[in-house]
Amino acid sequence: MWKITADDLESIAIGAGILGTGGGGNPYLGKVRMREHVKAGRTATIIRPEDVPDDACVVSVFNMGAPTVGYERLPQGEEEWTALRALEAHIGRKADAIVPGEIGGSNSIAPLVVGAQCGVPVIDADGMGRAFPELQMETFTFNGVSMTPLALSSHKGETVILRDIDDPHEVERVARRWAVAHGARAGTAGSVMTGAQLKAFGIPGTLTLARRVGEAVRAARNTRADIHAAVLAVTGGRRLFTGKIVDVERRTTAGFARGEVTLAADDQSRCMIAFQNENLIARAIAPDGSERVLAIVPDLICIVDSETGEPVTTELLRYGLRVTVLGIPAPVQLRTPRALEFVGPRAFGYDTDFRPLELVAGKG
Amino acid sequence: MRIGIDVGGTNTDAVLMDGRRVVAWAKSPTTPDVTGGMLAALRALLAQAPDVTPARDISAVMIGTTHFTNAVVERKRLAPTAAVRLGAPATAALPPMVDWPDDLRAAIGGRGYLIEGGHEFDGREINPLDEKRLRELARQLTDEGIEAVSVTGVFSPVTPAHEERAAAILRDAAPGLHVTQSHEIGRVGLLERENATILNSSLVRLAGQMTQALRDALAGMQLTCPFYLSQNDGTLMNAEYAARFPVLTFSSGPTNSMRGAAFLSDVKEGIVVDIGGTTSDVGMLRHGFPREAGASVEVGGVRTNFRMPDVYSFGLGGGSLIRREPELSIGPDSVGYRLTEQALVFGGETLTASDIAVAAGLAVMGDPARVAHLDRVFAGQAVQRMRTMLETAIDRMKLAADPVPVVLVGGGHVLVGDQLAGASVVLRPANCQVANAIGAAIAQVGGEIERVYDLSAMSRTAALDAARQEAVDRARAAGAAPSSIEIVEVEEVPLTYLPSNATRIHVKAVGDLAA
Repeated sequence: MWKITADDLESIAIGAGILGTGGGGNPYLGKVRMREHVKAGRTATIIRPEDVPDDACVVSVFNMGAPTVGYERLPQGEEEWTALRALEAHIGRKADAIVPGEIGGSNSIAPLVVGAQCGVPVIDADGMGRAFPELQMETFTFNGVSMTPLALSSHKGETVILRDIDDPHEVERVARRWAVAHGARAGTAGSVMTGAQLKAFGIPGTLTLARRVGEAVRAARNTRADIHAAVLAVTGGRRLFTGKIVDVERRTTAGFARGEVTLAADDQSRCMIAFQNENLIARAIAPDGSERVLAIVPDLICIVDSETGEPVTTELLRYGLRVTVLGIPAPVQLRTPRALEFVGPRAFGYDTDFRPLELVAGKG
Repeated sequence: MRIGIDVGGTNTDAVLMDGRRVVAWAKSPTTPDVTGGMLAALRALLAQAPDVTPARDISAVMIGTTHFTNAVVERKRLAPTAAVRLGAPATAALPPMVDWPDDLRAAIGGRGYLIEGGHEFDGREINPLDEKRLRELARQLTDEGIEAVSVTGVFSPVTPAHEERAAAILRDAAPGLHVTQSHEIGRVGLLERENATILNSSLVRLAGQMTQALRDALAGMQLTCPFYLSQNDGTLMNAEYAARFPVLTFSSGPTNSMRGAAFLSDVKEGIVVDIGGTTSDVGMLRHGFPREAGASVEVGGVRTNFRMPDVYSFGLGGGSLIRREPELSIGPDSVGYRLTEQALVFGGETLTASDIAVAAGLAVMGDPARVAHLDRVFAGQAVQRMRTMLETAIDRMKLAADPVPVVLVGGGHVLVGDQLAGASVVLRPANCQVANAIGAAIAQVGGEIERVYDLSAMSRTAALDAARQEAVDRARAAGAAPSSIEIVEVEEVPLTYLPSNATRIHVKAVGDLAA
C-alpha cells in the first residue's frame, strides 16, 4: 500500500505517456489536476491486487472520448466520480476498490483523482497494460466480465447507464455515441467484477511500472545517461529504430486518426509505423525496398524524443523530429489467442498473425 | 529605404537597407528604457548616410525587441490582470494559472474567474454566456482598480462568439478595461492559449507606454513613417497591433537573426550561430526559415503553444568572463554591454572571451598590446574550449550526421576560427554583425487561420481552400502586397476518437509589406 505523492505524479505522467504507445492522450493535464488534490491534502491510496479480497466489488474507471477535445474542453473534475456513484446506485453497492481501465496516456491518472476525491483505494493494475482506442479492448472484457452496466457522466453531471448489452462492440458504439453527443469526453465506470476476477484477469503492477519507467527517464536525464536504455531496462523491450521523421500521412476513417509515419536513419535505412490513434505496426524498409516487420500490436511500439525521452503522441508527429522507436513486449494477458481476437493485428484490419517482438525484432 | 532595429540584451543594432542592399549599420549599448539606446544607434546610423532625409526617404522602421519577454522573465512592470474563463462547469478541475510559478502568479495578482459560457467542439454552447455575472465582474474589477482582463472561451478558436460578446459586455460596463480575447492569440489547447492571453493582458499597459515612447523617439528623428514590431514567427505587426498583442513579440530575436543570416548567406538549409555579448543562440534553417520547437514552449516558467524557433542558447559571448582558477572556465557570466570599458583590450581589468580572441589572432579590436602578456598555451586552450562549446551545440541541433553549412552571425562571430567539426563550410557573410536587425528589416507580414472543419459537411479540398483563402485575406489585411502572398504552412490534424470527420486545419500565409 502506498500513497501517491506529487513526485510520483511526475514519474507516472512520463511512464504512462510512453506506455500510451502514441495514443491515450497526454497525461500532463491529469498530472496537474491530480497535483492540485495532493496540494490540498487529498491523495489516492494504491493497493496491490493480491491485497484485494476475492469477494470485493471492483469497478473499472476511465475517461472516454477524443484526447484532442480533452486539451481544450478541460474536465469539470468530477466526471469519473459521478459515473462511479451512478453505477454504485444502480448496482446497489459501493465499490470496494477501483482499477484503472487503461494505464497508457491520460487514463492512468483519472482513477487516482477519483481515489483522492472519495477515498476508494486504487488497485495497482489495469485492463490494457498500454493504451487502446476502444472500450472492449480490455482484459476484463475478453475474459468474460460484462461491460454493462456501464455508467457515463458528462461535464454537466448528466449520467446514463447502459445495461444488458451483451455484445462488447455494441457497448463501445453506444457509449461513444453518447460521449460525442456530450462534447466528446465522458467519465466512465463499468466492468463490475469481483476481487477474484480482478486478480485472474487484470494486468498487475502497471501503475508501479508507469512510475518506474518515469523514474528511470528522470534519473537518466539527471545523470545524462542513455534514456532509452533506462526505459528498456525497466520494460524488457528493445530499441527498434533511431532516425528523424521524414513524412507523416494522416487520414480520418470511421472516427479514428489513421496514418503512417516514415523515419529515416543516418545510413538511409527507413522505418514505417502505421497508427490508428496508437502505433500498430512498425516495419523496417531496406534500401532495396524489401520490408521486415519489427513489431506489431498488441506489443507496444513507443516513439520517444531521441534527446529527452519524452513520448511523442501521434498528434505530435511532425517532420524533422528526431525520435527513437522502442518495442516493448505486451503483457502475457494480451497475447493469448482469445485476447488477440480483440487486440491482435486482425482486430485492427491487418491480414497477418501476431508474432511476438522477441521473435521478429531480432537482437536488440 | 527601410531601417531595421534589434534591441538585444547587450546591444541595440540598427541597419539601413535599400531594397536588398545594406547601406549602413550601427551598434549602441542597450539602455533600460530601450529608446535611449535606440536613438543613439539611429543617430550613429543616419550620420553615415548624410544624403538620406528620414521623413522623405524612409518608408518603414522595423523593430525587434526582447523587452516584453524580459518583463515576464523578471516579473517586473506587469499589470494586475483578471483571467476570465468561459466554460463552467467544464474546465473547473484546472483553474486559470493552475500550473504557473507562484511568483509570477503573485506578480499579476492571481485573479481567476470561471463563468458559464464557451462551446463544444462542434459549435454548440456548453452553457449560455452568463452576461449578468460579467457585468458584475466588470464593476468589481473597476472598484479594485484592475485595468487588464483576459477572456478565454472553450473552443473559441473554432467558435469565438462568446469571447466576442464577453469582451463587448466588459468594455461596455467598464470602458477603461483592456480586454484580450484568446482566439486572437493562439490555437486549440485551452491552458496554453489562456496562459499566453493572460501574459498578454499583463503586458498591455507596458506595451502602450513602449509603443508611445518608440513613436515619440522616431518622430524626434523625423522618422514619420509607419513602424512595425517583429513577431515570434518572423513576420511583422504594426505599432497599433503590437500595443494590443505584445505577447506575440516573444522569441522574435532569434527568429530575426536566423532570417537575417539566411538572407545574407543565401543558405536555406543549415545551422545559424548567433554569438552575442552574453549568450550564443544556435538554430536550424529549413527552407530559409527557422525550424520550430515542439508542442509547447515555456516562457518565464509558463507553458504556451506559440510556434517558436527551436533555439539552443548557452553562455558564450564576446563579454563572457574567462577564469584561470581553479581551472579554465568560460562564462556563463559576462560583462555584457560594458565590454568596451571592462575588457583588457579596451583598457579594463577583466579577462573576457574577446581578449582571448585578440590574443589568439582571431580578432582585431582595441589595443592588442594589452593582451600581449597572456600565456599562449592558456589562450590556445581557451580558444579550443570555446570551439568545443560551439561544436557541441551545433551537433545537438543537427538532424543528421552529415556536415552542414554553418552561418556565424552576431558581434561575437570573431571568437571562433573557420574550422568547426560538423560544418561543411563556415560562413561569415558581410554585415553578419547585425544579422538580426537585417532580419527585422526584411521581415514579411502574414495571416494565419486555425479552425475545425466538419468534413462530413464539406469536402477536404473545399475546407483547405476555405482555410487558404482566409489566411490570404488576413495577410492582405495585415498589409501584405497581394501579388507577393504565399501559403507557407498547411497543417491538418484529424480530431481523434470521433465518429464525425472533424479535422483541424491550420494555414499560414505571408507576403512582402506593400510599399
